[in-house]
Amino acid sequence: MNSRSKVVIGFLLALTLSAVLAYLLQGTTIAVLSPKGPVARHEMQLLMTVTLLMLVVVVPVFALTAFIAWKYRASNTRARYSPEWDRNRVAETVWWVIPVILIGVISVITWQSSHELDPSRPLTTTVKPITIQVVALQWKWLFIYPEQQIATVNYVQFPKNTPVNFVITSDAPMNSFWIPQLGGQIYAMSGMSTQLHLVADEIGNYRGTSVNLSGSGYAGMDFVAAASSQSDFDGWVATLKSLPTPLTLQEYDSLQQPSKNNSVASYSQIQPNLYDRVVMKYMYQ
Amino acid sequence: MNIAGRLSLDALMHGPLPLPVLIGISIFAAIFGLAAVAWLSYFKRWSLVIRPTQYLWREWFTSLDPKRIGVMYIVIAFLMLLRSVADAGMIRAQQATSVGSSHGFLSSDTFQQVFTAHGTMMIFFVGMGMMFGLINLILPLQIGARDVAFPFLNSVSFWLFAAGFVLVNISLFVGEFAATGWLAYPPLSELAYSPGVGVDYWIWTLQIAGIGSLLSGVNFLVTILRMRAPGMTLMKMPMFVWSVLNAMVLVVFAFPILTVTLALLSLDRTMGMHFFTSNAGGNPMMYVNLIWAWGHPEVYILILPAFGVFSEVVATFSRKRLFGYKSMVWALGAITFFSFTVWLHHFFTMGAGSNVNAFFGIMTAVIAVPTGVKVFNWLFTMYRGRIYFTTPMMWFLGFVVTFTIGGMAGVLMSVPAIDYQVHNTLFLVAHFHTMIVGGVLFGYFAGFTYWFPKMFGFTLNERLGRYAFWCWLIGFVLAFVPLYILGLMGAARRLDHYDASLGWQGLFIVAGVGVMVIMLGIGFQVLQIIVSVIRRSSLKDTTGDPWNGRTLEWSTVSPAPSYNFAIIPTVDTRDPFWEAKQSPSKAKKLVYQDITMPKNTSVGIIIAAFVGFACFGIVWHIWWLSALACTGALLTIIVRSTDENTEYIITADELARLESSTNSGGKA
Repeated sequence: MNSRSKVVIGFLLALTLSAVLAYLLQGTTIAVLSPKGPVARHEMQLLMTVTLLMLVVVVPVFALTAFIAWKYRASNTRARYSPEWDRNRVAETVWWVIPVILIGVISVITWQSSHELDPSRPLTTTVKPITIQVVALQWKWLFIYPEQQIATVNYVQFPKNTPVNFVITSDAPMNSFWIPQLGGQIYAMSGMSTQLHLVADEIGNYRGTSVNLSGSGYAGMDFVAAASSQSDFDGWVATLKSLPTPLTLQEYDSLQQPSKNNSVASYSQIQPNLYDRVVMKYMYQ
Repeated sequence: MNIAGRLSLDALMHGPLPLPVLIGISIFAAIFGLAAVAWLSYFKRWSLVIRPTQYLWREWFTSLDPKRIGVMYIVIAFLMLLRSVADAGMIRAQQATSVGSSHGFLSSDTFQQVFTAHGTMMIFFVGMGMMFGLINLILPLQIGARDVAFPFLNSVSFWLFAAGFVLVNISLFVGEFAATGWLAYPPLSELAYSPGVGVDYWIWTLQIAGIGSLLSGVNFLVTILRMRAPGMTLMKMPMFVWSVLNAMVLVVFAFPILTVTLALLSLDRTMGMHFFTSNAGGNPMMYVNLIWAWGHPEVYILILPAFGVFSEVVATFSRKRLFGYKSMVWALGAITFFSFTVWLHHFFTMGAGSNVNAFFGIMTAVIAVPTGVKVFNWLFTMYRGRIYFTTPMMWFLGFVVTFTIGGMAGVLMSVPAIDYQVHNTLFLVAHFHTMIVGGVLFGYFAGFTYWFPKMFGFTLNERLGRYAFWCWLIGFVLAFVPLYILGLMGAARRLDHYDASLGWQGLFIVAGVGVMVIMLGIGFQVLQIIVSVIRRSSLKDTTGDPWNGRTLEWSTVSPAPSYNFAIIPTVDTRDPFWEAKQSPSKAKKLVYQDITMPKNTSVGIIIAAFVGFACFGIVWHIWWLSALACTGALLTIIVRSTDENTEYIITADELARLESSTNSGGKA
């Protein structure tokens, strides 16, 4: 097989793989690349910007590799051969300085975006935010609405365009709370309270999940994050409040027993200060 | 108190292999064993067993020759590669089938043990094993030394590593392995959530293998600093030696952190302490910090010697001096330094303030600069060279492609705000596999092929080597490109089941096909070794220099004699052997001198066996066994320390005789 047919075969393989991948991706959502809120959108733009910046180095590297490997192959006796040539101040300066400049630019981006997109930083809008307390359990998510006095399992609803202040803890091994289409994740840890500020600007049901191994039921920790209109949200809250199932301490104790692949559950009324109790419980034991 | 601690028939029931399977294996082994014994006794063929055992024991197990220890490291690494890749196959098979109403063929607990074992073994036994194997083989030869600084300590290091290997494989049959992920974050790894022996197996496997690595680190650091041939100043060392020097500095600084962290976790689990529990004042976040303060340097410990291998390979097969030697040295130094300033990037999502996250993000991106410089220097080593596309060179070119892509993903994730969206997803998994498969493994495969003739006296079959390379490269693309996409689709790592509506199944199947292609590549590697052994006479390396090499290891015969060099070379340039070939001086009169060599000893294997028993005892709470074994290890060390008769002398006359016989043998 000559080298030209090898190149052709390689090209065909790459083409086939791309076609297969394109086929497989039909009708699916690439969550990180289809943001439904400003936080996730900003994060996606960052991803694109930094990728493009790095292509400035990566593309020349690939081109150089292919060119040098081809031109200086041993069989090409016409190419120049300088076995003792081992330094060039200008060339080396170039490839120390260009990456330094590039990384300098990326560093500025890193610094600014780390502050702008700090998950604990409240979002700046005129709309009054809603607070939702999140407790990671084995193996489900409990959502407590302290203002509305309701609670849910594996389902969280909020009005669109209203900033949501998630306050997150865990009564289980460490988990990570993530709604990819709305924005980045944060760990859920027992005895701690972490914060995540997100907002949805489109109505829809988005997938939320845990991204940190927390035991044998970990794979079943998906939940639905529903962004609805304000009136739908108000209606939903009213329905829940009329339910006959309050979340008492006893009810919480049975809820926090390990269980896998839990379905959605709803509670009217909640034990006062339940979230704080869960956090503080690890301080007393 | 129960004399067998926690070890009981009931405990055996809950291992990764259930009791019926274990009984089946035992019956099969017993029948096979009895049949073998009967056959051997009937035909009076016991010598078939005794002779090889004696040979292995005398020539290999008790050997203090770093070249032989190196080969044994590589054998273990290869066995573990087979098991870990089988684990990878099981992981992808589960994920390709466990969708919607189907739950695959593994329980979640078994699945979690499988990926934990995969990660642990790949890093601690495959990566570290290949690395220390190649260092043992080549480093003393490259610096013109006859041995390492502490030959006996080297044997202890290896056998501790081997004891870890035995312990991790015992867990497959007796008990269970950790189901916590390869870094066993608490509180999941604490007693409250993992009451079984799995995490204890994990702790003590890593503890002994880790202490072995630490001792090796000290050993090679001293070897490089104290035992170089006359004239080999630091700035004349081959680049592989520089890379090992940097990696060993990292070992010496990082591994004690691992030892302490594991010890604290073990105290939590066995003595009821609260270093990392979530209650009673313990702090799991401290563990996460400590384990990555070791864990991040660890990945550089693995990759730096692979960089060193590539520096040798590229220069040799381009028939040209390494470009920008000083830049390369400074780049290594920068990577070594910065690798201790980035550990927090493994948990940007733990809620640190934005200043902290930004600092560690920037430091991480900064490491890309010296790494990129190295790539350019390799490319310009090829520029105006004469490039021979041998298998090691193919591995290098494959590495440039994969490593550059992986590096790009790495810089992406160094920006905390981007990391929030891809952390702990399959995107991350794809990134570090790109670096570790495409960087570490490709590097060590290149080194293995390159230096194989120096160990065994013949080269490896090139055609099968190329087949193996192409399978690995294509398999790699198939296995990991889908994972990058899956990560962006929101697929977390370590999922044993997912919803059908997500549309992930096709991509998982493609990734599984990739693993199969990689397995095919490993098949070719096995075949390559078998075929090369069979055809060794036509592949024989008669000159000691099959590749037209540049550094000292090629100046001695292949396979290298136990004393490496009859006369220690004197060095006055960076590529001493290449220069010597360019301007052959008049043959000097050979003046041999007596050589002092360390005697073989079984003490290393005995100490490691005691330590292995001690760890097994702790895992199962069989305290009398641990106490006894620790005492045994201590006594062995004391006895060995008082032994003054540990060396022997090859006299100058005998050396002259040995040399003339090998030289004439080489010409014949």
